[in-house]
Amino acid sequence: MATKKLDKVEKQFEMLQILNEEGEVVNEKAMPDLSDDQLKELMRRMVYTRIWDQRALSLNRQGRLGFYAPVAGQEASMLASQFAMDAEDWLLPSYRDIPQLVFHGLPLTKAFLYSRGHFEGGQIPDGVNALMPQIIIAAQCTQAAGVALGLKKRGKKNIALTYFGDGATSQGDFYEGINFAGAYQAPAVFISQNNRFAISVPVEKQTASKTLAQKAVAAGIRGVQVDGMDPLAVYAATKEAREHAVNGEGPTFIETLTYRYGPHTTAGDDPTRYRTEELDNEWEKKDPLIRFRKFLENKGLWSKEDEEKTVEQAKEDIKAALKEADNTPKQKVTDLIKIMNEKLPYNLQEQLEEYTKKESK
Amino acid sequence: MAQMTMIQAITDALRTELKRDKDVLVFGEDVGKNGGVFRATEGLQDEFGEDRVFDTPLAESGIGGLALGLAMQDYRPVMEIQFFGFVFEAMDSVVSQMARLRYRSGGKYQAPITIRAPFGGGVKTPELHADNLEGLFAQSPGVKVVIPSTPYDAKGLLISAIRDNDPVIFLEHMKLYRSFRGEVPEGEYTIELGKANVVREGNDVTIITYGAMVQTSLKAAEQLEKENISAEVIDLRTVSPLDIETIIKSVEKTNRVVVVQEAQKQAGVAANVIAEINDRAILHLEAPVGRVAAPDTIFPFASAENVWLPDENDVIEKVKETLNF
Ligand SMILES: Cc1ncc(C[n+]2csc(CCOP(=O)(O)OP(=O)(O)O)c2C)c(N)n1
Ligand SMILES: [Mg+2]
Repeated sequence: MATKKLDKVEKQFEMLQILNEEGEVVNEKAMPDLSDDQLKELMRRMVYTRIWDQRALSLNRQGRLGFYAPVAGQEASMLASQFAMDAEDWLLPSYRDIPQLVFHGLPLTKAFLYSRGHFEGGQIPDGVNALMPQIIIAAQCTQAAGVALGLKKRGKKNIALTYFGDGATSQGDFYEGINFAGAYQAPAVFISQNNRFAISVPVEKQTASKTLAQKAVAAGIRGVQVDGMDPLAVYAATKEAREHAVNGEGPTFIETLTYRYGPHTTAGDDPTRYRTEELDNEWEKKDPLIRFRKFLENKGLWSKEDEEKTVEQAKEDIKAALKEADNTPKQKVTDLIKIMNEKLPYNLQEQLEEYTKKESK
Repeated sequence: MAQMTMIQAITDALRTELKRDKDVLVFGEDVGKNGGVFRATEGLQDEFGEDRVFDTPLAESGIGGLALGLAMQDYRPVMEIQFFGFVFEAMDSVVSQMARLRYRSGGKYQAPITIRAPFGGGVKTPELHADNLEGLFAQSPGVKVVIPSTPYDAKGLLISAIRDNDPVIFLEHMKLYRSFRGEVPEGEYTIELGKANVVREGNDVTIITYGAMVQTSLKAAEQLEKENISAEVIDLRTVSPLDIETIIKSVEKTNRVVVVQEAQKQAGVAANVIAEINDRAILHLEAPVGRVAAPDTIFPFASAENVWLPDENDVIEKVKETLNF
C-alpha cells in the first residue's frame, strides 16, 4: 500500500522537456513566449559561458585564477533560469552559480577577484539585487525565504531565486527554507541543479527519494522536475514559478536534471575516481548548446558568424576583465580590519595601527 | 620504520583501529569511494567494506546525530567533517548532545566518538575552509580537543582518540598534511591525550604552541639560538584539557613565556594558557606572558593570508620583547 502511494507521488514529477536532444520541439504547448532576439541572446549567453569556463580552467592551471567551480554542462540550467528573472529580482547563488551572478549584473572583474580571494569580489554593485556566492551548502535556502518574505512585506512584485545542488537537498537548511517560504507563501523560487553528484557522492546515495522535486510535497509547495539540458524547459518552468510567486500563489521548488562535465572544483578533484566514461558520454550527448544550436539553426536564427562573434566577444571581455583584476590594488590586512565592524572595538583599533606599521615595511 | 606524511599516518591510524576493533566505523562526506577530499581514507572502503567505511548524505548535523546514535548501539564512530569550518552545522550534535551525554544520563551512557577534520591557514582555500575554531571547543566542557603537529604524533594521538570513551575532536592542519615526512612505527602505539611534548629544550624562555605553529616556533628558536637565546618549545598536542604540569614545570625553569597560536587573539587557547600560568606560577614570572596570534578579523580572504598568519618573525620579536622587559 505504502509503496503504491509513493508511486503516485513520483508520477507527478515527470520531467518537463520541450527540446529533445536533436533540437526538436517535442512539447509545443509548453513552449515559452520568447522573441527571436531573446532566443539568440540566450544562446549567446550559453556559448559565452562555455568559453569563459574553458578559459577559467586554463587560467587556474597557470595560477592566474584561484578557486573555481566548473559549469560546462550546466549552462541551460543556469542561464535559462536566470533569463526568466526580472532585473529587480533577488539572486542567491552558490559557489558554482557565478555565471548567473554575472548576467544579473556582477562585473566579470569582480568574479575574477572573488576567485582570487579578494574582498572586492564580494562587492555587489549598487542596483544589483544579489547576495555573494554561498559556500555553506544550503545556507542560501533559508535566507531566500527571508528575502522573499521581505519582498512580500514591502509589496514588491519581485522574487527571491536561489540556486543549490542535489547534495544540498540533504541539508536541514533546504527543508527549513522551502518550509518557511511555504508557511509564509513568500515569493521564492528554489532551484536544485541536480548534476547527479555532490563531489563524489551520487544522488542515489544522497536520498531514497526517486526525484528531488517530490520533496516539495512535504512542504506543501509546488514542485517541478525539468530537463536541465533543455534551455526552453528550464526557462518555461522558471518563468511560470516566478509568475506564481509574484501573484501571491507561493513558492516553487524546481529540480533541473543536469551534469557537470568537469571536476567538482579546481582544488584537486578527480572525477575518474567516481564517474564512468560511459556516464560522461551519455550526458555529453544531451549537451544544451548542441541542441539549442540545432534548434536555432533550423529557424535560421544562428549562424557560424554568430558563434564566432560570441566566442571573440567572450575572449575579449575575459582579457579586459583580467587586466582590470590585475590592476586592482592588492588587498591588505588593514583593509580587512577596517571592514570588520561599522565601529571598530579597541582590539581592532590597536591592531589597525599594528598592521599599518607592518604593511608599510 | 616507515617515513610517512601526516596524511599517510592518519590513514595508517584509521586502518590500524579498523583492523583491531570491528566496532570502529568511519564515515562522512566523500570518505568512501573517493577516499576523502584529502585522501585520508584512501583505500579503506576497499579494504574494510562499505559496512565499515561509508559516505553519508551531505548534512553535518545528520552526521553528528548518526554518530551519537551509533554510539548508543555500542559502535565506536569516527566521523569526518570535511572542513572544520562546516562544524557549525554540527555544533548542536557535538556540544549540546555528545558532550553532555554522559552527564545527562547520570553517568550511564558514553559517546566514544572521534570527530576528525582538516583546518588551518596557509593553503589558500576559499572562505570557511581554514578557520581555527579550536578555542570554541576548548570552551566546551565534555569534549577533548587534540591537534597533532607531526606524522608520528598524528598516528599515536588518533589511535588514542578513537579508543577514548568520550568525544574527541581531532584537528588536522592542512598545511602539515604533506609538507614533510617523519618516522612512523608500524602497528599500534598510543600517545596519551592531555599530555604536552617538550619538542625543544631551552633555558631562557618557553614558547608554548600547537599545530602548524610548532614548526614556526621551532624555526624561530633556531634563529634565536644564533643570538644566544635558548628557547624551550612546548607542543601542547591536546589543547583541551591542558597539560598544566608540563607547562608549569617549564615556566618555573625559564621564567619567561610566549604563547603562540594561529587563531585570532580574542579569547581562545592562548588566553586560557596565560590565565592558567597567572593562577599557578605568577611569582615565577620575570615578565608578562607574551602572546602571538592572528588579528581579530574573520579569517582573511585567501590573497591576504600571508600577512595575516603569524610567522617566525612575530615569534622572535615577541620573545625579545619578553626578554627585554
Ligand atoms: C556545510 C558544508 N558542508 C560541506 C561542504 C563541502 N562541499 C562543498 S561542495 C560539496 C558538494 C555539493 O554538492 P551539490 O549540492 O550537489 O552541489 P554541486 O557542487 O554539485 O553543484 C561539498 C560536500 C560545504 N561547502 N559546506
Ligand atoms: Mg551536485
